Amino acid sequence: MQFETISEFIDMNGHGLYVWVSYGLGIAIIIGNIVLPLFTRKELIKNLARRMRRENKTQ
Amino acid sequence: MAVSKWIPRWFYQLASPRWCYDITGKLLPVFLVAAALLLLVGLVWALAFAPPDYQQGNSFRIMYIHVPSAILAQSCYMLMAVAGAVGLIWKIKVADMVAFACAPIGASIAVMALATGAIWGKPTWGSWWVWDARLTSMLILLFLYLGVMALYAAMDNETMAAKAASVLSLVGLVNIPIIKYSVEWWNTLHQPATFSLTEKPSMPIEMWLPLLVMVLGFYCFFAVSLMLRLRNEIIRRERRSGWVRELITSR
Repeated sequence: MQFETISEFIDMNGHGLYVWVSYGLGIAIIIGNIVLPLFTRKELIKNLARRMRRENKTQ
Repeated sequence: MAVSKWIPRWFYQLASPRWCYDITGKLLPVFLVAAALLLLVGLVWALAFAPPDYQQGNSFRIMYIHVPSAILAQSCYMLMAVAGAVGLIWKIKVADMVAFACAPIGASIAVMALATGAIWGKPTWGSWWVWDARLTSMLILLFLYLGVMALYAAMDNETMAAKAASVLSLVGLVNIPIIKYSVEWWNTLHQPATFSLTEKPSMPIEMWLPLLVMVLGFYCFFAVSLMLRLRNEIIRRERRSGWVRELITSR
């Protein structure tokens, strides 16, 4: 461990803001790239299922 | 198709959307666990345990997400161009879908590389941005991704869109060696390559080992995101085929 205390870890010798903003952005982009396709999949399957039900009714 | 005994069976099977859907379904959990573990270990290691740089202090910890994202943004571009070429030459639908899935991931990762680079540049160089060869060629990479995405969005005909996007990504491939050698060809503020296959790393092992973990984690994360998008695209384009209809009704 390179830091003695939590506040030292957060401060990063004055570079805290730069480091944490970078990591926050990185983590947000990674999570977004996993969550967004999962959400798209849910919508896609819902829409396809609705369309198939409609087709079955008209037949 | 005559199956040559020199080319393994799975190579032909890759061209089948259904087979691709099934195999990625099996691979997804493996890569998801690997990505989560590697990124978690890498993050803790990079933030708390790696030694600070003797000149840059703790701001150098940004490297652990800047370098992996820059490497991944370029690898993703190469995959997109190769997949586009395969789709263009052999008319393989799955290859077109892979290229299509690469573009948004690559664009967001290029944004990550540029943004973390800018944030790192401020305390290190004293400036968010300089019009230097490495930074400019990286910005062009982002614009190439956006151009490919715009082409897909502008064309309704999927085959035509895939053709146009593949040609653009193949032309843009010339940018990749420019990014790589920009730090050698032009005078620059940017430091030279962090990793090289032929030389020993310029950093001590306790600095580059967490970086290696992060790079591997980023690749696994990319595999997960790519497979998720690819599977969505397979379902969307194959929605009229029997197996997708079965898949939808069985849920």
